[in-house]
Amino acid sequence: MKKPHIPVRFVPIGATILVFLLAYAIGIANFRNFGSLRVFLNLLHDNAYLGVASIGAMVVILSGGIDLSVGSVIAFTGMLIAKMIDCGVNACWAILLAIVLGSLFGMLQGVLISTFELPPFLVTLGGMFFARGCSYVVNEQAMGILNNPVFNFIENKLEIPVGSRGLTLEFIDILYLVLLIIAIVFTQRTHAGRCIYAVGENEQAATLMGIPVRRTKIMVYTIAGFCSAVAGIVFTIYLKSGNPLSCVGLEMDAIAATVIGGTLLTGGVGYMIGSFFGVLVLGLIQVLIMFQGNINSWWTRIIVGALVLVFIFMQNLITKISKKSKG
Amino acid sequence: MEILTTTGIEKQFRGVKALKGVDFAVEAGEVHALMGENGAGKSTLIKIITGVYEPTAGKVVLNGEECRFRSPLDAERAGISTVYQEVNLLPDLSVAENVCIGREPRNRLGLIDKKAMRERARKALARLDIDIDVSESLSSYSIAVQQLVAIARALDVDCKLLILDEPTSSLDENEVNELFTVMKKLRDEGMAIIFITHFLDQVYAVSDRITILRDGQKVGTYKTAELSRVEMVAKMLGKSLAENAPQAAAKRETAEGGEIVLDVTDLGRRGMVHPVSFQVRKGEQVGFAGLLGAGRSEVAQLLFGVESRDSGQLKMHDKPLSSLFWSPRKAVKAKLALIAEDRKVTGIIPDLTVRENIMLALQASKGIWKTLSPKEQQDLTDKYIQLLGIKTPDGEQQVKNLSGGNQQKVLIARWLATQPDLMILDEPTRGIDVGAKAEIEALTKELCEKGMAVIFISSELEEVVRDCDRVVVLRDRRKIGELSGENVSLPNIMKMIAE
Repeated sequence: MKKPHIPVRFVPIGATILVFLLAYAIGIANFRNFGSLRVFLNLLHDNAYLGVASIGAMVVILSGGIDLSVGSVIAFTGMLIAKMIDCGVNACWAILLAIVLGSLFGMLQGVLISTFELPPFLVTLGGMFFARGCSYVVNEQAMGILNNPVFNFIENKLEIPVGSRGLTLEFIDILYLVLLIIAIVFTQRTHAGRCIYAVGENEQAATLMGIPVRRTKIMVYTIAGFCSAVAGIVFTIYLKSGNPLSCVGLEMDAIAATVIGGTLLTGGVGYMIGSFFGVLVLGLIQVLIMFQGNINSWWTRIIVGALVLVFIFMQNLITKISKKSKG
Repeated sequence: MEILTTTGIEKQFRGVKALKGVDFAVEAGEVHALMGENGAGKSTLIKIITGVYEPTAGKVVLNGEECRFRSPLDAERAGISTVYQEVNLLPDLSVAENVCIGREPRNRLGLIDKKAMRERARKALARLDIDIDVSESLSSYSIAVQQLVAIARALDVDCKLLILDEPTSSLDENEVNELFTVMKKLRDEGMAIIFITHFLDQVYAVSDRITILRDGQKVGTYKTAELSRVEMVAKMLGKSLAENAPQAAAKRETAEGGEIVLDVTDLGRRGMVHPVSFQVRKGEQVGFAGLLGAGRSEVAQLLFGVESRDSGQLKMHDKPLSSLFWSPRKAVKAKLALIAEDRKVTGIIPDLTVRENIMLALQASKGIWKTLSPKEQQDLTDKYIQLLGIKTPDGEQQVKNLSGGNQQKVLIARWLATQPDLMILDEPTRGIDVGAKAEIEALTKELCEKGMAVIFISSELEEVVRDCDRVVVLRDRRKIGELSGENVSLPNIMKMIAE
């Protein structure tokens, strides 16, 4: 049997990397300093929270589900931490509690979805409203985090110098990259990770092959909840405040990043590293428009929208081609 | 040596007994065919053996130990693996993963050892004499190879009993032979294989023993060499050849010389039906007979354009019908009507009223802009309710409140309203009571007398014999013959199927 040199399944991820390089090349060609390390580090820094959220979104989408509660959980996490610090609780405990609550929240959604076979779209839509409401219950106004020793420590001490000009990779960037590597190993090289692909690809077949479908789904939403909470922490460190209004619709950005990263929305196909490039592409478009200076920044959204469509179109085409070669 | 025995297996679904005490045994080193018509209980029995269902009564003994499997995984761990008709694997994962997922080899860190996994997959496939790149995704291989990968997966778990549930239905002849070679090899290595298929030829080509089920009971287990085909068919259908089979009652002076309404030449589609040719005359009722899976409904679907044909010519009243983009919509325009199998899924719309259901096809054929006035609709509905004797208080009753037989009549009325020249009825009498059956049969006869041509598809051979002027006999998706007039009889049809 003859086979192509590049398997079809690598095409979407290849396209993502290509788009990323293309966007970068456009930037370097048009703007001075675009290629500098500083721009890249800023890109990473500004999008770390979205990156962490995208890891969760990607895992859920791989399993064939969807999580709409991401943005709300981020807002709630931020509010919770800010409020607890305001009440005099040690920030470490606040952060720990936020992670536990976020994971539990995700797990609860997972149980509803897998045990009662409720549609994930609706369960997490409910979760979205619930978490958003909760963040207003914590406090109706945004709350700043000022002069907190833990936050100061994270900001000033936990960083790795990069290059010679005093540039640093900060804590949240490192956190994102570490989580990303763990996620890549997890999805590619562990039994539980491969089960996610199996469930996303064909639930019935997975059941017949003896894969614990229910447990896998609960795990997936727990991971998503965990990632949302961590994204919330990253966002809080990034802005040093909590705001009940923040990150409205962020789940859509996370989904867009996942799709642009080459993951099939129907589940079962995709690479975690793709979500990394997806996030960077989203960020790059924004930076490009910023550098341009005289374009309305909302054009970012229009370009992202177009990109998502193009990628979905391409995936559809690839699915059809691979089906044809099967027959 | 017996690997698996079941004794007195019973299974009840909401008051319906699907299995009524089945004793069944498979020995090591044999291919055991499990035969039976639809509803005989084959799949229920398999699902009990593989732990998908729990039996209501009876026990399953594997290697001398009684076992109760709670899931397919349980059964797989005990050494029972199943390969299903539809390849139930994960096409986008690699071949190696499909063989090993769920029990991947790990390295010291607890991560999946990809190299070891590929090695294991290669080994399992080598037992089947297949050498393919196991790191490619499964979907890049043909269905036949995927099927073999599924078997390799079964082998990877040290399986002792392999169940092949209609594995050949989507394979071509060469692929089937390849599969048979593998089956024989495994049998000779001492594995027990249960083989389920609709294809009689294949049963005789590969099996050592045959167990026949009918109506949830075991008819018997026979050595393949000692059971003739005719006997097997008779046992599956529950009729003996000597039995005084219902002869076609006084056959009408068939429209031998009648005008040919539909002329079909070499209608077929690869992987679905081998080319068939037949004609239907005005006022004639032509039956399609054959066992389940013989290709009866498939021919109807090709005729009506539900599936597109890749060969063949259709002529209506001597006018050729274009094969390009042949679709149900065009079929309706050409005055064909199809009352599809399984009315609940493809026929009635339960929440609409009798009137709305009847109007559907007529409305569709007129297009959405031309409307029928309420008065016209009312009149048509009343006309058909009366004509077909539909038992309903009025036309505004929701169809779901009607009995099965009356629902079927509503469907027939829907298509009569389009005034077709040829009507195809696919299993119109399934699941309705005896009285309603007789009424439907009488109705089709009447329609024929009024000059309509009818194609009648039924798995109940008696009905076909009773009602049809001519019978097209199908087996293994091929037309194997045609009987007409005096020759239409149960023994003749059975002989033809068995030959």
